[in-house]
Amino acid sequence: MSKIMVPLGPQHPALEEPESFNLLLEGERVAASQVCIGYNHRGMEKAAESRTYLQNVYLLERICGICSHSHSTCYVQTVEDLAGVEVPQRALYIRALIGELERIHSHMLWLGIAGHEIGFMTLFMYAWKDREIVMDILEMLTGNRINYGMNTLGGVRRDVTPEMADKIREAVGQLQERTEYYSRVILGEETVYLRLSGVGKLSKADALRFDTTGPVLRASGVGRDVRRDDPNGIYPNLDFQVITDDHEDVYGRTVVRVKELLESYKIIRQILDQLPDGPLTVKVPNRIPAGECISRYEAPRGEDIHYTRSNGTDKPDRVKVRAPTLANSAAIAHMLDGGYLADVPIVIAAIDPCFSCTDRMVRVTDANSGQAQSMDWESLRRYSAQWYRKQGMDFSRIPLR
Amino acid sequence: MALDLFYIVIFPGFLFLGAISLVFEYIDRKLYARLQNRIGPRWYQPLADIIKLLTKETIIPKEADRRFFAAVPMVALAATTAAFLYVPIWSSRSLMPFASDLIVVLYFLTIPTLCFFLAGWFSSSLFAQIGGVRALTQLFAYEVPLYMALLAPALLAGTWSISGITAFYHQHPIYLLLNIPAFCICIISAQGKLERVPFDIPDAETEIVGGTFTEYSGRLLALFKMTLNSEMVVVAALIAAIFIPVFVQSAILNFLLFLVKVFVIVFVLALMRASFARFRIDQMISFCWKVLAPISLAQILVDIIVRGIILK
Amino acid sequence: MKFFGKIAPDLLAMLGKKTDTVLYPQVKTPVSDRFRGALKFNKERCVGCKLCTRVCPAQAITIEKVADKEFKAIVHMDKCIFCGQCVESCNKDALENTNNFELACSDKSSLDWEI
Repeated sequence: MSKIMVPLGPQHPALEEPESFNLLLEGERVAASQVCIGYNHRGMEKAAESRTYLQNVYLLERICGICSHSHSTCYVQTVEDLAGVEVPQRALYIRALIGELERIHSHMLWLGIAGHEIGFMTLFMYAWKDREIVMDILEMLTGNRINYGMNTLGGVRRDVTPEMADKIREAVGQLQERTEYYSRVILGEETVYLRLSGVGKLSKADALRFDTTGPVLRASGVGRDVRRDDPNGIYPNLDFQVITDDHEDVYGRTVVRVKELLESYKIIRQILDQLPDGPLTVKVPNRIPAGECISRYEAPRGEDIHYTRSNGTDKPDRVKVRAPTLANSAAIAHMLDGGYLADVPIVIAAIDPCFSCTDRMVRVTDANSGQAQSMDWESLRRYSAQWYRKQGMDFSRIPLR
Repeated sequence: MALDLFYIVIFPGFLFLGAISLVFEYIDRKLYARLQNRIGPRWYQPLADIIKLLTKETIIPKEADRRFFAAVPMVALAATTAAFLYVPIWSSRSLMPFASDLIVVLYFLTIPTLCFFLAGWFSSSLFAQIGGVRALTQLFAYEVPLYMALLAPALLAGTWSISGITAFYHQHPIYLLLNIPAFCICIISAQGKLERVPFDIPDAETEIVGGTFTEYSGRLLALFKMTLNSEMVVVAALIAAIFIPVFVQSAILNFLLFLVKVFVIVFVLALMRASFARFRIDQMISFCWKVLAPISLAQILVDIIVRGIILK
Repeated sequence: MKFFGKIAPDLLAMLGKKTDTVLYPQVKTPVSDRFRGALKFNKERCVGCKLCTRVCPAQAITIEKVADKEFKAIVHMDKCIFCGQCVESCNKDALENTNNFELACSDKSSLDWEI
């Protein structure tokens, strides 16, 4: 049978963000695949170097729309560590609360997307309808549905009042009921099972070899979770389970996410019960002492890592972000190989990809010679100024910030 | 001559079918939305969609075969409209009944699917070609159970004419119960014929963009949309005529009954669309051949035995 | 237990229920009290310290002196990321977030507000 090359992306209805997958098809089967990321470079790390530590909280929060709290918490932890401040307990509890609410909304969103990818629009509508419950709670607590702006250096910006705690308890009760319904009805629907099970196989050994993280890794039977293995904040005080599953396929990843929702409800109830009194913030100086720090955080999609180096001024010297999708995207090609074309969208979606968070570099390739080269900041700027001058625009006089 | 033209263009042909298919598209979409707890479209939305598409520019890819690309949607719509002329609406007899019109209707209903394949093929686009091949693959899977399930009642009635079948079951309504498995198979295969979830494999949006219709736009896409909508009405009317042959004396009452019957079938189709995930093509084929085909074969056997022994 | 159409009975039960979606421009759902919408500037309270300008992550706000002890704020609502840091940093409560989120317009320059 002759093989054909199908480019899936950079623009494709199955993909929420631009990224490209080149599939070599043999009939309906994928013979080989190639993952190309890098369509979404936004220069955030560079931008972070020209903003103050406080401004960067809001900038880095916008790395990802879904796990925005994860990124801002992870960054704030590095800065607080560098400044050597002790964050109040109440602030840590509220941070963890928002983090868990965010995990719920991310997993609910994923469930809907999974339904969309396998053509089950009812699941999409229902999951997103129930997601509104947690979105309303987040809006009530923080003011926004996403990009909460809850974190600030040295604490959180808004308090949780007792009335709000009651509302959260009520909403968590509703959500728990709905989640149990999903695990009973959706995971019991035969067509869903047919589409998910045995798809995108990733054995335990492969999951470790490709350095996957988050639900993808846990669905391959490896119980690795930063909240338990390297806890920060108040996670040591909480009682929860790290969910694992040994299906090693997309069905397993669905099961892991649904069960993690139930664990999150448990965590939220504990947080609300244990919430101590006290101040919300502690003063953090504008100038952060020189040093470097790395911080890990269990985002809904997996382990998020932030690295910050300070040079004693009010702006960081270097900020480096390793989003969970970068770790997981290496395994995509392996999971696609040998599968069906019809399964490609759900396999990609099953890692809960967020390619905007991932992209950190652009490779400049000469269109004529095909040669790639790496450029530093200055030469890239010179190149772009020249390029624009050819188009009749002169940007070279705009000062660099 | 003028009367024939009236039949073909206005009633029950092109215009009437177009209007009623828009109504049932609205019902289908509204039901689908309400099943998902959404408000759904307003009553004029299907019409607005068609008008919008008609006013848009039609883009024909440079690589595509221009003549075929433009002709295929018209052939598909013409075939569905032609099929509608042989389906009974206001009485137990259709407009122009003849001895084996059931076979002709089935034949006309196959043409749109073949047109989808040709449309995908002549688009010269990767996704459209994959969609076209999938449409053809799917055709071979659902067509056999659909035909067998539709022909089983005809075998029992001993005639290939739709009016003959309805007349037979009007006399012996008890035999309708015998055909319930065939009715279920018809409804399921109809989803495949209409390319709706769980069998919307040829135009699975998340997999192959728009499938067959990827390169279509403007008026030609509107024709395809109208084809799919009219096909739904024709298939529902055909199933209703064969499996729910309830007719009274008055033509107006019969027409209302026709609407109710089509509504019931569209309701079942909408419910199915809402409650399943899309099959993969290999699962679809094995489901059709391993589950639907044996059941419909058994149905035919039962009908032949009943015909041979009891109705002798 | 797995079977085909397990969700169908629940779908039928939905038919009688009130829909969860609303027709947006006609029906509006309420926003939270803490919602951070378009900025409001109370010029009588501003002392012109320009702290808001310095903390803004998006350089969306500038304060200009109009007369002695009288200032005006120029807010670029298209640049604003609605983080509310300026409101929080202001010592005199001269800035506040309203709950207005319907800022969509067809002319970008109309989002440069002088208030």
